[in-house]
Amino acid sequence: MSHDTLPHPVKTGAAPVARPAGRRRRHWTQRPNPLAGLGSIVWLVVVIVPVYAMITASLTPRDEALGHNALKPPSHPTLANYSTVLHNGFFHYLWNTVLAAVAVVAIVLVLCVPLAYVAVRTRGFWSGAAFRLFLLGVAIPAQAVVVPLYLMIAKLNLYDSLLAIILPTAAFAMPVAILVLTGTLRDISEEVYEAMALDGASPLRMLFQLVIPMSKGGISTVGIYSALQAWNGFLFPLIFTQSEGPRVLTLGLFNYVSQFGVNIPALLASVVLSGVPIFAVYLVARRALVGGLMGVGGK
Amino acid sequence: MSTSVTKGGPRTGAGRPRRGTGANTGRPHAALALPGVLFFLFFAAVPMVLAFCLSFTQWNGLGNPQPVGLANWRKLFDDGRLTQSLTVTVLLTVVSWAFQTVVSILLGVWAAGRQRNRAILSAIFFVPFLLSSTAISLLFYALLDPNFGIIHGDTLGSTNGAFLAIVFVGGWQFIPFHTLIYQGGARQIPEVLYQAAAIDGAGRYRQFFSITLPQLRNTATTSGVLMVVGSLTYFETVLILTQGGPGTDTAILPYLMYEAGFKSYDFGYASAIASFLVVAATALSLLLVRLSGFGTMRSTREGM
Repeated sequence: MSHDTLPHPVKTGAAPVARPAGRRRRHWTQRPNPLAGLGSIVWLVVVIVPVYAMITASLTPRDEALGHNALKPPSHPTLANYSTVLHNGFFHYLWNTVLAAVAVVAIVLVLCVPLAYVAVRTRGFWSGAAFRLFLLGVAIPAQAVVVPLYLMIAKLNLYDSLLAIILPTAAFAMPVAILVLTGTLRDISEEVYEAMALDGASPLRMLFQLVIPMSKGGISTVGIYSALQAWNGFLFPLIFTQSEGPRVLTLGLFNYVSQFGVNIPALLASVVLSGVPIFAVYLVARRALVGGLMGVGGK
Repeated sequence: MSTSVTKGGPRTGAGRPRRGTGANTGRPHAALALPGVLFFLFFAAVPMVLAFCLSFTQWNGLGNPQPVGLANWRKLFDDGRLTQSLTVTVLLTVVSWAFQTVVSILLGVWAAGRQRNRAILSAIFFVPFLLSSTAISLLFYALLDPNFGIIHGDTLGSTNGAFLAIVFVGGWQFIPFHTLIYQGGARQIPEVLYQAAAIDGAGRYRQFFSITLPQLRNTATTSGVLMVVGSLTYFETVLILTQGGPGTDTAILPYLMYEAGFKSYDFGYASAIASFLVVAATALSLLLVRLSGFGTMRSTREGM
């Protein structure tokens, strides 16, 4: 039973609607549900109001902001807050975050794909132990190890560098990556491996010509998941870096709080700007992003 | 699943053609897994052991840690803030889990429908997840500001208000993600189950409780584990929104540890809190794994 992890809403969604109503009972996923519809409107309000307030407030001039209700559109909209943020190192922080995310994804994939391959294809004591190690690892909160990691990072001379963020972030993305990948790899049937073995393929060749091509769904899930870990990471940058040089976006945003003080419109402009790059990714590759994240839930 | 044939043990499976090189033909060498295991051990397991060792020392970040025996642990269990912090952490985890699970299941099952309006709304519902948790915390920090925000009154200044704000902000960020997981789970429920239930005369709500919910068992486990671990990491939300306040009313364990370590530079005591956190988190995850069979992932298709 090998499910595709990617949803195909359009393909399967469009066809049955055209079918004459009486011929077949409509698929359960096609029937309207007024109560649920009402609930969804409520949630829509919960989602939209803060986003709307964020955007209008970021357009409010600074002197108009104090005592201003964020829901009211500004009388003199301005982009000045955005230019304040852009002139305060925003692009530098963004570049660091992108570098960190790319490095984390690369490390996680290079380490986890072979690991999951071994965990699925061998049944020895050690591969079982390794799998259980990662299963337990899912629950280790990063906060718990931050003090000793700080000591180790300092001893390795990595303090205040991008690597100090990248290495631990990658390590803590590994447990979920292993869970997702082993789930995907288990769906490749034994017969295919046997066929390749009969043809004399080495395990390494199977990895590259069979396992990797057949687990693209899981691999993209893991890639997206680890990129988000790097994108969201706050604690490691907060504790392992200090100077402007390796500062990533999340920490940059946090520093704007003290830098801009009561200039809340500028603060909100920085929040909006921090969402723009990933929003662009979402617009371009929504299907892949959503499908990939859905894969974290497994099957 | 066709693998049931090989389940008896692929290495002893009789009658299958074998090559002279033995039973391990085509099986990867364990060394392939070594770099990943070592990397993880070095950056996750070694620090955990180190945290435990450091908890028996006094260290201010400079010089060498001095052994002080059980002093940090004694201090920890005498510290009134620990009990309070533990209560807040557990409460926050449970309330967040309940809030996020209920909303995510409802939205996820709803979003599993193929209607066009549902697809459009689902795309909008996903937007909060595109912001980092730091950005979201800053957004609500601004929106809850008594002089500026959209809610009048000092929400973050009252104990209940601050607690509920953290629960809400966490939910606002992570519900889109869990909705997606439930949507994926709901779409994999076999249609025949609903057809059979319809023939038996079960209505829509009966179907939801008798088929949809039980079928989402494994999904709920995965999502639940991620939620519980996730709410242990509401650190930046607490740091930005409340700084543990008012007083120490929302100082969850990770925040308490951060304060001890990186505000008071008492790394020995911070390590004791961290070790306590590891023990608590491991116990919690073992409990979840045991309760739910996460390790074996019992199939929801059993008996079909």
